[in-house]
Amino acid sequence: MTSLPQSPPATKLGLVIDLDTCVGCHACAVNCKEWNTGGHSAPLTDLEPYGESPLGVWFNRIHSFEAGDGAEGRTVNFPKSCLHCDEPACVTVCPTGASYKREEDGIVLVNPDTCIGCKLCSWACPYGAREYDYTDGVMKKCTLCVDRIYNENLEEVDRVPACVSTCPASARHFGDLGDPNSEVSQLVAERGGYDLMPEMEMQPVNKYLPPRPAKTSTGDTGAPAALPDHDIAPVEATGRGFLAWVDRTLSR
Amino acid sequence: MPDDTPRFNSPEIIDTSPPVSDEVKTTTCYMCACRCGINVHLRDGAIRYIEGNPNHPVNKGVLCAKGSAGIMQHYSPARLSKPLKRVGPRGSNEFAEIEWDEALATASEWLGDIRKRDPRKLAFFTGRDQSQGLTGFWATQFGTPNYAAHGGFCSVNMAAAGLYTIGGSFWEFGEPDWERSRYFLMFGVAEDHDSNPIKAGLGKLKANADTKFVSVNPVRTGYSAIADEWLGVRPGTDGLFVLALVHELLRAGKVDLEYLVRYTNAPWLVYQAPGEAHDGMFVRNSDNDPLAVDQSTANLANALSADISPAMQGSFDLAQLGDGDLSGTAVPAFQLLLERYSDPQYAPAAVAAQTGIDATTIQRIAAELAHAAFEQTIEIDQPWTDWAGRRHDKMIGRPVSMHAMRGISAHSNGFQTCRAIHMLQMLLGSIDCPGGFRYKPPFPRPAPPGPKPAGRSDQLAPETPMPGPPLGFITGPEDLLVEADGSPSRIDKAFSWEYPLSAHGMMHLVIRNAWAGDPYPIDVLFMFMANMSWNSAMNTSETIDMLTDIDPDTGEYRIPKIIYSDAFSSEMVPYADLILPDTTYLERWDCISMLDRPISNADGPADSIRQPVVAPDRDVRPFQDVLIDLGARLGLPAFVDEAGAPRYAGGYADYIANHERTPGVGPLAGWRGEHGTVHGKGAANPDQLDRYVENGCFWHEELAPEQRFFKFANQSYLEYSAKMGWIPEPKQIVLQLYSEPLQKFRLAAQGHGEHQPPDTHRERIDTHFDPLPIWYPPFEEEFSGDDAYPLHALTQRPMAMYHSWGSQNAWLRQIHGYNRLYINAEAARDAELVDDDWAWVESPYGRIKAQIKSMEGCNKATVWTWNAIGKRRGSWNLDDNAPESRRGFLLNHLITDLLPPKNGHRYANADPITGQAAWFDLRVRLTKAEPGEEGESAPQFPVMEDLPGVEARPAILRYGARFLSPGNWRRRRSER
Repeated sequence: MTSLPQSPPATKLGLVIDLDTCVGCHACAVNCKEWNTGGHSAPLTDLEPYGESPLGVWFNRIHSFEAGDGAEGRTVNFPKSCLHCDEPACVTVCPTGASYKREEDGIVLVNPDTCIGCKLCSWACPYGAREYDYTDGVMKKCTLCVDRIYNENLEEVDRVPACVSTCPASARHFGDLGDPNSEVSQLVAERGGYDLMPEMEMQPVNKYLPPRPAKTSTGDTGAPAALPDHDIAPVEATGRGFLAWVDRTLSR
Repeated sequence: MPDDTPRFNSPEIIDTSPPVSDEVKTTTCYMCACRCGINVHLRDGAIRYIEGNPNHPVNKGVLCAKGSAGIMQHYSPARLSKPLKRVGPRGSNEFAEIEWDEALATASEWLGDIRKRDPRKLAFFTGRDQSQGLTGFWATQFGTPNYAAHGGFCSVNMAAAGLYTIGGSFWEFGEPDWERSRYFLMFGVAEDHDSNPIKAGLGKLKANADTKFVSVNPVRTGYSAIADEWLGVRPGTDGLFVLALVHELLRAGKVDLEYLVRYTNAPWLVYQAPGEAHDGMFVRNSDNDPLAVDQSTANLANALSADISPAMQGSFDLAQLGDGDLSGTAVPAFQLLLERYSDPQYAPAAVAAQTGIDATTIQRIAAELAHAAFEQTIEIDQPWTDWAGRRHDKMIGRPVSMHAMRGISAHSNGFQTCRAIHMLQMLLGSIDCPGGFRYKPPFPRPAPPGPKPAGRSDQLAPETPMPGPPLGFITGPEDLLVEADGSPSRIDKAFSWEYPLSAHGMMHLVIRNAWAGDPYPIDVLFMFMANMSWNSAMNTSETIDMLTDIDPDTGEYRIPKIIYSDAFSSEMVPYADLILPDTTYLERWDCISMLDRPISNADGPADSIRQPVVAPDRDVRPFQDVLIDLGARLGLPAFVDEAGAPRYAGGYADYIANHERTPGVGPLAGWRGEHGTVHGKGAANPDQLDRYVENGCFWHEELAPEQRFFKFANQSYLEYSAKMGWIPEPKQIVLQLYSEPLQKFRLAAQGHGEHQPPDTHRERIDTHFDPLPIWYPPFEEEFSGDDAYPLHALTQRPMAMYHSWGSQNAWLRQIHGYNRLYINAEAARDAELVDDDWAWVESPYGRIKAQIKSMEGCNKATVWTWNAIGKRRGSWNLDDNAPESRRGFLLNHLITDLLPPKNGHRYANADPITGQAAWFDLRVRLTKAEPGEEGESAPQFPVMEDLPGVEARPAILRYGARFLSPGNWRRRRSER
């Protein structure tokens, strides 16, 4: 059963995540958790919170891994939440229509009134972005803070997803990726933002900015490979040599 | 408004504008030491949401994982709920609940008795205390020198090296100029302090495509992940790497000589008289001012004078200069520096093998530093006036900045390594210039600042406050806290010949020394939020034994009485005799004072408060209220009025607003004076806290643009600093490239002066108190060198955890629930270890069992793990089978608190200058665990039994369900 909008949304709200800046601090994940556990999908249940195998519902998780070998490799911190795809398999696979994509802004949501907790959507999502709440028996997921971004009880500046608002390194950006002139679209264009796993053909709205090329080679900063010797021989360890470069009239 | 737009195939009605809170209260976070401003949203009296305060100078609206998990800390089932007295043997966790009256009467009796006889018998040590302005003052009033917080095992190497060298330091006392830096060099793990400002700063740095960020760290996690270049240095060799960079700069003449002449003591003349009492001391005139050779007159001149052109090299016969009343040979300090670091022993090729960084890389980094400093110079069109009244039309910046913290600090060569880093900064001219490292007010202060510590037995008397504070900054052997026979005055041996510049005290020695009665026994050990039986102790297992050891002669515990205050059921609780339960950070008044650890930024001073956001629902009291109450009960002069009644009947809030340390100077700088209009110095204002609350619980003042750089030599800034009471007078603060206080100790060790060390310590002092930075191998190398224990072992700080606190937090423990031992992938292959294997990790002092994970970004001779994740079973009200205890582990069991004997003496495993605990010096070897040994970490300890009154652990947590808005789906569903 498909629940895609009849016409593709012109507005595509989403996130742009800068992998060149993300230090993997988990601020976005925990702030998301605290906002949303009392928000639209409340609560984000934690099983065994103080026990042997704590297992909670999180809409945003950070994966850290290494790419490449040895000192040339990189450590990558990779935050992942729902990418609010244009062609979301989680929506088209839903047998009750509970999983749907909003026409006005492209946000993918789950209607808990009609979700039967069959988990087909979590199998269909190639990104593993869905979170099943065992206690409520329904699927939950990133709402892009739909109860924040239009919230008239908040200052306008705060009407962004919690993860964006709290990110200490400013590695997360929110906006309309359907508008080529938006700041986020421009950032994607400038920095070569890319789709996660494009071969899955989900057409994710969220984009990732790749790490910039690291400056590790001679000349990358404009500096030479090594400093030249000064034209005067260095100080002799034994005698008290006299250095021309120090022999200057320097006023205090 | 509810959005009623019908959905295709979906009737969901979404309330896109639900009410967030019915009240928002500001306060200051305490989920780590960063002290960010927070807005706490409350609904029906419960905490709905905590976010960063956008107006706050520290975090400017952002909040980290820890701060965002504050709700779970506040509602933690590990909270203590009532005063407790021990009824079983120590360690059994058998306690009885008692009333506060009894608890306070017991504490007063124990402490009052001591104060009447011998105040030294109280050892009062606070852990991650953010109220040291109060706690240190209380100890002074009590009359005991035996006071410190946790700085001795945290960062005293950084603080002391900075304060004695540049009158400031990294972290709390300074920060990089993130917007203008073009080249940023970060040493070691730094994720544990200033966490949001550094992350925000790195974000700014990375936003500028022309910058380069180099991380020097054996491990490539955390901030290193986004560095342009990662240098996987061998632990403990950073200093050698830095001195090689210095060698390169000198070889090429790439040094900011103008900066050195104006702002440092590089031109000051140093006597060259080997074997004599003044060797290595500055040449001074009769007014005690240092002298230099003025090239314009070819004669001696006051080195502090503005109107000279001092010589920076050469050797001078003093008898031929000046009035002829001086004699001997002297050279500018810079001459000594040139000779020292031009030596081939510091050439990149000579240090490559030891540091693990190849010579071409060291040469390239030196070239890049010089390029950024001297070819990418910044000029800001901002006129300013220097200390001598000379107007400059612009500010010149060397856009190279540096930061260092734990990776330098926790080594036994950390003090000198940190001084080496500051020397590198000075040679590049990049301290407090645009693009460089910048001071945060109230710094810079004179290097070193005052005051000096008190605590010799001739300064102590029953029922009498000490004449000075227990901690401070000494400038020579005459200031040491030692008795006539040279033995230490303090229980922790701080400020003794063994650890002379231990400016933060040595909390890591107090349990050992109290147990051993060395230098004397104590009666009461009083501690606050310090997990000293677990992750805050080196040699954890033996520490537990010392806490429970009974003297067979008396049948009493060797440490007779232990009072402990904590908010949570930590591993330390079972070892106390009396527990004073503290509140959480959201239930209390607090002040973040410039008398303690400031939260200023480089553009201006700041301080802040905590206010109670919610009322305690348990029978607990804020520790500071309790301390002030005890102070009054004990009759400490500053805590009672003339009639002997409590002076601060309103508790800590009363004290914060009304206490004056010196006339006009109190805990908070904002809104002072009769009308609350004065900032800095002014009369106490009883309404001061109201003004703070109205302003978001902080005070921040922006410096004028002309005051923002060269603060050590900026007339306008220095006058402002003096007016605020931070420096005694608006004089230039000269940066101490060459450290005369260190040389004084060295001369004493060489047999000069009235105050000389016992013979045992002479060689150690002579070797390490070099007035110019040196590098020496970490001490542990001597005892567990390369062959037997080939690997370095250290910890990194997870950004989502603060010490041991995070594991009780239902959300944070899902991020770091247990730790692995990480090892370089190639080293793992060599050792035939694969991921998930269990291995024994051994040092000469113990062995632990841990689970292995290999990684590429790790120095090949290094293993590491996350700090403080391992927990004792049953602690923190976690399930007995919690992964923190079954799979998590501490390296602490492998670290010795005392080094093996040397010349018959056992020194602390610490820096010889500051006493900083050297827990990063650890060396280990790995052996794969035998079949059947897998699955559980070792050592394991008996399960901590539940405390009386402990809250039940929920099996399922549904925090936030109560905030469901009307019309929410679950309500509809339940109504169906």
